[in-house]
Amino acid sequence: MAMAALRREGRRFAAPLISNNPINPFRSSFAPAEEQALLGVRSISTQIVRNRMRSVKNIQKITKAMKMVAASKLRAIQTRAENSRGLWQPFTALLGDTPSVDVKKNVIVTITSDKGLCGGINSTSVKISRGLRKLNSGPDQESKYVILGEKAKAQLVRDSKKHIELIITELQKNPLNYTQVSVLADDILKNVEYDALRIVFNKFQSVVSFLPTTATVLSPEVVEREAESGGKLGELDSYEIEGGETKSEVLQNLTEFQFSCVMFNAVLENACSEQGARMSAMDSSSRNAGDMLDRLTLAYNRTRQASITTELIEIISGASALQG
Amino acid sequence: MIRRASTGLLSRSIVAGVHHRHFSSTEVPGADELFMMAWKRIMPNLDPPKTPLAFTRLRPSSISAADIASKLTVNLVSPYSEFSNREVDMVIVPATTGQMGILPGHMASISELKPGVLTIHDENDVIKYFISSGFAFIHSNSVADIMATEAVPIEKVDPASVQNRLVEFNQKLSSASTDLEKAEAQIGVDVLVALNSALSE
Repeated sequence: MAMAALRREGRRFAAPLISNNPINPFRSSFAPAEEQALLGVRSISTQIVRNRMRSVKNIQKITKAMKMVAASKLRAIQTRAENSRGLWQPFTALLGDTPSVDVKKNVIVTITSDKGLCGGINSTSVKISRGLRKLNSGPDQESKYVILGEKAKAQLVRDSKKHIELIITELQKNPLNYTQVSVLADDILKNVEYDALRIVFNKFQSVVSFLPTTATVLSPEVVEREAESGGKLGELDSYEIEGGETKSEVLQNLTEFQFSCVMFNAVLENACSEQGARMSAMDSSSRNAGDMLDRLTLAYNRTRQASITTELIEIISGASALQG
Repeated sequence: MIRRASTGLLSRSIVAGVHHRHFSSTEVPGADELFMMAWKRIMPNLDPPKTPLAFTRLRPSSISAADIASKLTVNLVSPYSEFSNREVDMVIVPATTGQMGILPGHMASISELKPGVLTIHDENDVIKYFISSGFAFIHSNSVADIMATEAVPIEKVDPASVQNRLVEFNQKLSSASTDLEKAEAQIGVDVLVALNSALSE
């Protein structure tokens, strides 16, 4: 009962008093003017901390949901990507892969995603494309870009605008299938002159590991040229061409088929990598939000206790002042 | 069309170049090194990208004529599925020049395929697939790669719908006006006729 009386007395004195600001590591992040102006002396910054906690919790929920969505999309597309892996193996077995080939017209096909929040895979692809361009920039060499996906477009339009031939976006609006990719490949082959096509994508190795890869497809003329110079392609001449047409026509069909097969696999692998990268990005984001929430909870409790202590101090000092 | 691998194959890989051509490499992994070196020079801070060579599955190496495998290793791949490294006795592919039989020790060849039936003979099993065009590579080490845009087992094809579509495409062919439409309708008719004959076998 005495305490209650003291408390009542204390309240009359507390209002004009400005409480000692408790030592609080989060203090600096809150605007000091805000606290004092807003809500009265006692619950100075608990309200602000509570607001922050609520928004961080919401963000955590959103990122967790995005991770689940990405996981389910990954499951759906992973089996298809793995099934398509056998498609380009025979071509590499026959024609080899020669990224160091020296040709005049290089076309760099960069495959990226349309949506963001997927970690650093798109930036890696763009950096590699730029690197390939630098690698193949000789006196009579030129390199052009064919861009698949919004993210590469945003990055490459800034500094290489005049080297971009084609931009294709919204690839994943409908589920990926070979017909769509082969039409796309046909489009690219028709509109772009090339001696070598270098496809840059992220190969899906596992849910946490994506390897930037580049596959090289040569045009039929270059294949013939390299076949004559020997090496891996030199064995090409020993293969009997059974097509009923001339060797160059068959070679042309072959390289076009190779391009569409490699593109199909590349697009699927990149989609898998995108979902996997998004999963891990959202996972680390929700973990981070959880950490922030823990820290904020501690800060909240500390602030709350500090304000209670302050209140008690006011009461007691007021009471002892009265006693004299 | 059964031919034996020629011994001339080996002599081709020893090319006596007068000056070093930067592309000619004697072995497959070597081609990557030039690329790696050039990359490291130009972009030292970024790891070089991987190339398909790093992911290719191992294949039996080219062997001489005297040492012919007893079974054919066949890889049937399509964008949606693959059967790899099946050891079989014989494969019959529908090449554009007609049905072609492939036995172990067949000469190296690249052939275009037209829509038709692919038959795989394994001991006494006969498995039939319908493939809608593609390519077949036969290597000298008795490995055959068959790449098809679509490969379906014959059992899964529905005869009634084949007939309906055939009628439909024949109509389209007769009413086609532009070359493109004619070509498309012709392709449809070809595939469906082949399907029809495959089903009736």
